[in-house]
Amino acid sequence: MAQHSLISVEHLSRRYGNTLAVNDVSFSVQRGEVLGFLGPNGAGKSTTMQMLTGNLAPSAGAIRINGIDLLEAPREAKRHLGFLPEQPPLYRDLNVDEYLGFCARLHQIPRARIARAVAESKERCGLGEVGRRLIHQLSKGYQQRVGIAQAIIHGPEVVILDEPTVGLDPIQIREIRQLIRELGGEHSVILSTHILPEVQATCDRVQIIQRGELVLSDTIAGIVQRMQGSSVILGLRRPPDEASLLALEGVQAVQALDDGRLRILHARQHNPAEALATAAAQRDWGLYELSPERLSLEEVFVNLTTRETPAEEGQP
Amino acid sequence: MIFSIAAHELRSLFLSPLAWVILAVVQFILAWIFLAQLDLYLGVQAQLANLEHPPGITELLISPLFSSAALLLLLVIPLLSMRLISEERRARTLPLLLSAPVSLGEIVLGKYLGLLTFLGLMLLLVLLMPLSLLGAGSLDFGLLGANLLGLALMIAAFAAASLYISALTSQPTIAAIGSFGLLLLLWIIDWSGQNSGGSVLAWLSLQQHYQGMLQGLFDTADVAYYLLFITTFIVLAVRRMDAERLQD
Repeated sequence: MAQHSLISVEHLSRRYGNTLAVNDVSFSVQRGEVLGFLGPNGAGKSTTMQMLTGNLAPSAGAIRINGIDLLEAPREAKRHLGFLPEQPPLYRDLNVDEYLGFCARLHQIPRARIARAVAESKERCGLGEVGRRLIHQLSKGYQQRVGIAQAIIHGPEVVILDEPTVGLDPIQIREIRQLIRELGGEHSVILSTHILPEVQATCDRVQIIQRGELVLSDTIAGIVQRMQGSSVILGLRRPPDEASLLALEGVQAVQALDDGRLRILHARQHNPAEALATAAAQRDWGLYELSPERLSLEEVFVNLTTRETPAEEGQP
Repeated sequence: MIFSIAAHELRSLFLSPLAWVILAVVQFILAWIFLAQLDLYLGVQAQLANLEHPPGITELLISPLFSSAALLLLLVIPLLSMRLISEERRARTLPLLLSAPVSLGEIVLGKYLGLLTFLGLMLLLVLLMPLSLLGAGSLDFGLLGANLLGLALMIAAFAAASLYISALTSQPTIAAIGSFGLLLLLWIIDWSGQNSGGSVLAWLSLQQHYQGMLQGLFDTADVAYYLLFITTFIVLAVRRMDAERLQD
């Protein structure tokens, strides 16, 4: 191992009866990395996360947390683990301080340090003023924060968050994302979500899981690369015939759009934008728009998860 | 670790009004029974004095009280224990415990211990009633001790069985009804087959092992029965929780 990975998963599988919920998934996460775990509903995200945190036993495969085998030494491994499940595991009758205190004791924080640990995790999650409030009186956003506070109270190396921003308002979402980025500085974070901009905003690396299999594992930069499409939108006041456009280098096809603009499809490596602009100026086509078309992350995601076989093209 | 979970469990019990109401109701009913027995005793006291070996106040008053207490707690313990595990499952708080560095055994034992502590307090309150007689006379402490031990073991057995039932479901109400059914069945299981092969069923019966202690008879076989009973159900509960992790 060149770099010390905090999480390493090898050939993980899980079956429920005859259905294979997770099929031979392998990946690793390095220190200081935020990994986004994407996938449509029922793709096996939550199952994988439950296995990573010891809530579910895998049918096959190995999980190592900070180098410790989760199945052989679960207690040791779980020391380095903080988990926020899809639904935050809150005791609603307790107040925030009591609840976090109990979590601290569960994670075997020495008695003398509990008060400090509670105060620190409250501060990081912006729970400063609600310490004495009962959890069931808190709003959904605050409950979610208590859930995150619970996951980081013992300063775990690995933090696993299952859809942490569900049900939050936009400002809270931004705060939580900021917090996740901060966490990524010193811990490893795995974040499952199906909100795509969230991945762009917070993650270093993305994994897409589909029907229990990993169909993509790439860095954000790689994903951005993928998002560069192979078309430009061209707006001309006096459009020439198609043949003269096709004659330009790199142009593969021309489609007319409803509003009079043209979509120029081109080879991925060869962007004809410059040639188009020069030609338009020289031949007086009346250029008023020239913009590269970008695939949104959504489209990349949909492409990957609806295709039968994963896209091989452009894999770095 | 076990103690943290036990302390948490105890606190949750006292946070709900249920525990307080149950404490009050049990105490009130047992006090009523105690008073009725006392009344009865005062009525026959004169005749007792004529007997050569009159039964003592402990025998006449305390044993019936403890006998009724066991039956009353059979009704009440399923209500206290129903939330132990099923509520965690319903509120989806189980992942917190499962992803903490705690073993399943510790979780189950912690919860059991928390409930036992509560029941210990209840037992202490019950014990105060016979002790109040000390102001008026003397007690047979050997008999009282046997009674107390019997009731303590009985309560612990009830709690263990209901803990297991609570681990089976995610509906506290179902856990309560299930535990109640199981305990009642184990209580009366010796009613059938009195004539043929009744000895096994009689041995299984919770009540059979209690009778001896109520009469002041300390039999290691009875104590062993209760300890076995408790261990069995705790192991079953742990196994059940483990099976959930492995489910397919």
